Amino acid sequence: MIWSAVRLAWREIMNNLLRSGLTVLGIIIGVAAVIAMVTLGGGATAYVSNQISGLGSNLIIIFPATTNSTTGEVLPAPPFKPEDVHAIRTEVTSVSAVAGVVSRSVQAVYGNANRRTQVNGTDQGYEEVRDWQVVEGRSFSDAELRSGRGVCVLGASLRKDLFGAQSPLGEKIRLGQIPCEIIGVLEEKGASALGSDQDNFVLAPLELVQRRISGTRDVELIYASAKTEEARGRAINEITALLRERRHVRVGEPDDFTVRDQKELAEFATSTLGVLTGFLSAIAAISLLVGGIGIMNIMLVSVTERTREIGIRLAIGALERNVLMQFLIEAVLLSSLGGTIGILIGLAVAGAGASLLKMPFVLDPGIVAIAFLFSALVGIVFGYFPARRAAQLDPIEALRYE
Amino acid sequence: MASGPPLIEFRDVRRYYGSGETLVKALDGVDFRIVDGEFLAVMGPSGSGKSTCMNILGCLDSPTQGHYLFRGIDIGRLTRDQRALLRRNYLGFVFQGFNLLKRTTALENVELPLVYRGMAPGQRRKRALAALRAVGLEGREHHTSAELSGGQQQRVAIARAIVTEPAILLADEPTGNLDSERSHEIMRLLTALNRENGLTVLVVTHEPDMAEYARRTLVFRDGHIASDEARVREAVP
Repeated sequence: MIWSAVRLAWREIMNNLLRSGLTVLGIIIGVAAVIAMVTLGGGATAYVSNQISGLGSNLIIIFPATTNSTTGEVLPAPPFKPEDVHAIRTEVTSVSAVAGVVSRSVQAVYGNANRRTQVNGTDQGYEEVRDWQVVEGRSFSDAELRSGRGVCVLGASLRKDLFGAQSPLGEKIRLGQIPCEIIGVLEEKGASALGSDQDNFVLAPLELVQRRISGTRDVELIYASAKTEEARGRAINEITALLRERRHVRVGEPDDFTVRDQKELAEFATSTLGVLTGFLSAIAAISLLVGGIGIMNIMLVSVTERTREIGIRLAIGALERNVLMQFLIEAVLLSSLGGTIGILIGLAVAGAGASLLKMPFVLDPGIVAIAFLFSALVGIVFGYFPARRAAQLDPIEALRYE
Repeated sequence: MASGPPLIEFRDVRRYYGSGETLVKALDGVDFRIVDGEFLAVMGPSGSGKSTCMNILGCLDSPTQGHYLFRGIDIGRLTRDQRALLRRNYLGFVFQGFNLLKRTTALENVELPLVYRGMAPGQRRKRALAALRAVGLEGREHHTSAELSGGQQQRVAIARAIVTEPAILLADEPTGNLDSERSHEIMRLLTALNRENGLTVLVVTHEPDMAEYARRTLVFRDGHIASDEARVREAVP
């Protein structure tokens, strides 16, 4: 009996294909949006955590600004100086490497080839803290770092763009106005969490970048690497204490800089995505509600149109619950059909988005199941009232209905 | 068959609509019995109460007063679903407007009452095909209502009514929408079902030559039974 009711409902939906399609559009859009965003969000979360854990072993990042934890507003503070970097390197025993960084956007030119890129001025330890390997040539010598000589180490994609198959070692490029000799090439890391090319940059001695490009002695960012994973907490405390002292932060006043480790970064990034997911759920709930009202509306129309049919069924022996089930099944079939189409569209959109943003496609079977069950539930909730109305029709009146 | 309570018994059945000034006495004290195997015609002008009587007989309506006993069971005491079960198991309906389901084949229409009985698809199909054969519609099983003539649609409706092997077939103006020739065909079919299968048949009609087919005629007037005559002449034209 259930099976024939399902078949009947299917036929009824197919007979009114356009109407059925328009009716479930709300549910399709709602479910598709949620599935697409949650799947993309899941991929982004996975990718961000993956990237952050790939930043470097036991990485600690120190920047001269604080973030208001409630508003998210970034409050700038005086920049670091090379002496701060030096102090951390010499006084904090729980770190194995420290690197100060200044970044500027420049045009890199070699012969006829040129490309917009970023020059990261840095000192010793950058390769270690950021976990970069020099795969061709060599890294900077202490003498080069001290004197700020015009030498540089290329990122893999910059090397590819400017030199192709040719070996870049010993060649001279211009970074903006500054000529630089290429002494090494870095390994390739691919695209970042946000889709940008991580290999499109060039390393140069910090001294060179400060003197010839940024024009100040400021250090914008300090990377440090804790000796061991266990030492990370101690390293953060020591760095914080040292910088408070050097920056004359009085006891009781908050830090005017931020020290984060990669775990906190990962949490920060994924918590942002969590908020996003919450918003999406709210949107989903609203669109399912609107979709459900659409279904209720069309089911009421359908009951009125089929009054005579209901009368015939009641006359030949259908019980109230048979008629109720028939219309309920039709509503549930309609809504879960919408849900299924929505899921497929959502996954297709997420797949396209993921490949476009070069992110992994993480299929969450849980959310797919929830989306399907919710759309079926919408059918039950909003189909019940019209179905009950159909079941309680007076057979005499219904048979007389034209 | 003779033993036990009669198939149908009306005891002083009254059906009133409205109240006070607008009180309408559609049935005002009706008594009759129907036994198994009868072929009845119910006649009377419109408003005489024959439709109300039919609705009560079909368990679609209940008497305001009095008792309708179906095999001794008082229908007035049954719930809506119990009456639906009674219709499902013991009654067959044929309407003036055929009332077949749209966009549905003859076979599916005939199978429908068996679906509600929860019969297995294979058996359902067999019974429905047999019923369609009995009304002379072999070969039209997969035609939808729109593809059938009026007379054929009414035959499908009769097949749907008899497929459950009901205790009584209730036909409300079954020839009202048909031309004279088709009307006689339908009445001959009902007569054959009555004679050959022993099916109890009650036909509401206002055409005297259709009532000729029945062996007993009830005439309603103003909510009462004006006459209840058995036909002596057995031969039918």
